[in-house]
Amino acid sequence: MERLHSPAELEAFRKAVLTDRAPDQPCITLCAGSACHACGCNDVAEAVRVELAKQGLADRVHLRLTGCHGFCERGPILVIQPESVCYFQLTAADVPEIIEKTVKAGERVERLLYVDPDSGDPLAREDEIPFYKHQQRIVFGSNGSIDPKSIEDYVAIGGYSALAKALSEMTPEQVLDEVKRANLRGRGGGGFPAGIKWEGTRNAPDPVKYVVVNADEGDPGAYMDRSLLEGNPHAVLEGLILGAYAVGAHEGYVYVRQEYPLAVENVTLAIQKAEELGLLGDDILGSGFSFRVKVHRGAGAFVCGESTALMTALEGRVGEPRPKYIRSNVRGLWNRPTVLNNVETWANVPLIIQNGADWFTRIGTETSSGTKIFSIVGKITNTGLVEVPMGMPLRDIVYKIGGGIPGGKRLKAVQTGGPSGGCLPEHMLDLPVGFDELTQAGSMMGSGGMIVMDEDTCMVDVARYFIEFLTDESCGKCVPCREGLRQMLAILTRICRGEGRDGDLEILEDLSVVAKEAALCGLGKSAPNPFLSTLRYFRDEYEAHIREKRCPALSCKDLIAFHIDPDRCRACGRCRRKCPAEAISGAKNVIHQIDQDLCTKCGTCLEVCPERFGAVRKISGEPVPPPLPEDQRTVRARG
Amino acid sequence: MDIARVDQIIDRYGADESYLIQVLLDIQTENNWLPHEALERVAERLRVPLSRILHIATFYKAFSTVPKGRHRIHVCMGTACHVRGAQRVLDAVQEATGIKPGETDLELKFSLETVNCLGCCALGPVMEIDGKTYGKMTPAETAEALRNHD
Repeated sequence: MERLHSPAELEAFRKAVLTDRAPDQPCITLCAGSACHACGCNDVAEAVRVELAKQGLADRVHLRLTGCHGFCERGPILVIQPESVCYFQLTAADVPEIIEKTVKAGERVERLLYVDPDSGDPLAREDEIPFYKHQQRIVFGSNGSIDPKSIEDYVAIGGYSALAKALSEMTPEQVLDEVKRANLRGRGGGGFPAGIKWEGTRNAPDPVKYVVVNADEGDPGAYMDRSLLEGNPHAVLEGLILGAYAVGAHEGYVYVRQEYPLAVENVTLAIQKAEELGLLGDDILGSGFSFRVKVHRGAGAFVCGESTALMTALEGRVGEPRPKYIRSNVRGLWNRPTVLNNVETWANVPLIIQNGADWFTRIGTETSSGTKIFSIVGKITNTGLVEVPMGMPLRDIVYKIGGGIPGGKRLKAVQTGGPSGGCLPEHMLDLPVGFDELTQAGSMMGSGGMIVMDEDTCMVDVARYFIEFLTDESCGKCVPCREGLRQMLAILTRICRGEGRDGDLEILEDLSVVAKEAALCGLGKSAPNPFLSTLRYFRDEYEAHIREKRCPALSCKDLIAFHIDPDRCRACGRCRRKCPAEAISGAKNVIHQIDQDLCTKCGTCLEVCPERFGAVRKISGEPVPPPLPEDQRTVRARG
Repeated sequence: MDIARVDQIIDRYGADESYLIQVLLDIQTENNWLPHEALERVAERLRVPLSRILHIATFYKAFSTVPKGRHRIHVCMGTACHVRGAQRVLDAVQEATGIKPGETDLELKFSLETVNCLGCCALGPVMEIDGKTYGKMTPAETAEALRNHD
């Protein structure tokens, strides 16, 4: 590849790429994101290659492996351009029919189309499918149309034109000013305005400055940064270069979890390609501005998502946070001024520079501009990544896009903000999602994890789960977090076991206050949120556990028992054969019974009991009915 | 692990101290664990106290200072998997292998770890054996998946 020396050469390169590509040439795009990978998209890709070669179409039809499309529930996903026909949940066996019918004859394979759950009609195009229709995918949308390993693909959709514009038409101050006016707030957790952070670094006297991409996405259940970095690494890189230009940095880092090998691979390749094209390195596009980026793999520590801890990790040490008397944008990495923003924040920057701050602030709400990508997971019909304008009510995200709760269950709560966030109950679903709105409700935006919980989820257990996670991830540097969380975990575990005592909730509240006030970093300060928010909205569940030794959601193992209703059991023997603990006795025509001493409460019996019998049930807070006398165990004919 | 190989990894990063974690990650990836001799060599070549290396090797989750089993099981305990019953999957794995998270059995057959999100929330509860993802697991299927490894 030849190095580009000016914005004009970049435009010429873009034209050349576009001329090479006939716009109406059929192209098969296949999602190769992590979730689709796990569903076997590789086999599908191989089948497409084989089939195209067999049919002699290999030259005429292009196969493009893209990043995550977002609709992970229905992977593997294949889209045929230019008609944008989407096929879901494919296997390699479906490929010949698709090539034969859709690619060659322009017909649709009905059985692989998305079926609208309301009308029952098959929907072929992305923009007709409710999951996509209600989104506004300004950042994430390109994922589905580019090969992340190809810089040409990114350039073809207008990539790096924001950089060219900034370097040729704008001063660093103007770039900074644009981001400030756009009120771009950090998408990684706190929602701190990026422009103000950048300004602090720009104004710091030290001549050596750094910019860093935080891709240490650690919130369980959140994977939008992974998908962006895997699927569109150049967008993040372009944002980073713009940031470096604005603050006057010449070195940057991408800190990415080693658990995300594809993200490491794609961003490393992207840097290499950008260097070859002269979009990174010395004298970028002939502007005189020089900037280099290195990739640093994180070795796995949740606390490293915290800015100062991440910076110490980058220096090759144990990632422990430090007190922030002086902010890291003034004294950060190697004590130099450092701008650290998360993946999604950086990916928004090229859009702001390209389209202007006014365009950006028109999206979203007054205090939260732009869009936000959420990973909507848990007890939800359409698991996946969704990008919506800020201010959309939670209800629309859960029901219009997410398709509601599967299995006819009732929604109980939506957890946002990861382990630092909180649970919002059903009656708060009309809350518009925005940084300040969520914080006021006792939760937070966080990085965008959105976990939907139904009536089977125990809120005490959810609090215990998050506190356990944070106890494990606490770096141990400060006492309120190290010791306080451990005590909170011990008490919550007792409550879940049915050993809760009067006064427990008060001690938990005291410990929460201490951690909130006195912990060193954001991890400790926000750690009590899952407890406090569940207590605020679901106090009755805590009280049921403590006073009645009952788990209302029938979830806490120590508080429930499985029981076979003798009137419903037809002695089919399924549960007996599947029980891993061999705790079920019975035979043909003999009503089955669970030996409560042997039962490990794995729930297999409940799962395998045929729906038409529905004999197995969970009970809590009441004694298990005594076993039937042997002479009454014969199944009577139903009459 | 061959010390010459450790040297090669160190040289890849120009024996630069700030790449300490990257060097350790490469050794871990290649060898599956961090043998003491390798760490001593890293200390010597990067001129870093061994105590600091051990601090790092025990702080970050990616590292192990003891040998690992032939098959590595990762059970996802992320929030999405948790609300879909990850604990039951973990219980089934513990039942079948006799080891707890962080442990390796005496025959060096299985090593069990919990992880906090594999990013495949649509498939939850999820586990991984030797990098292969098993989605929508039930306790019965979990035991079945483990039976196919020796």
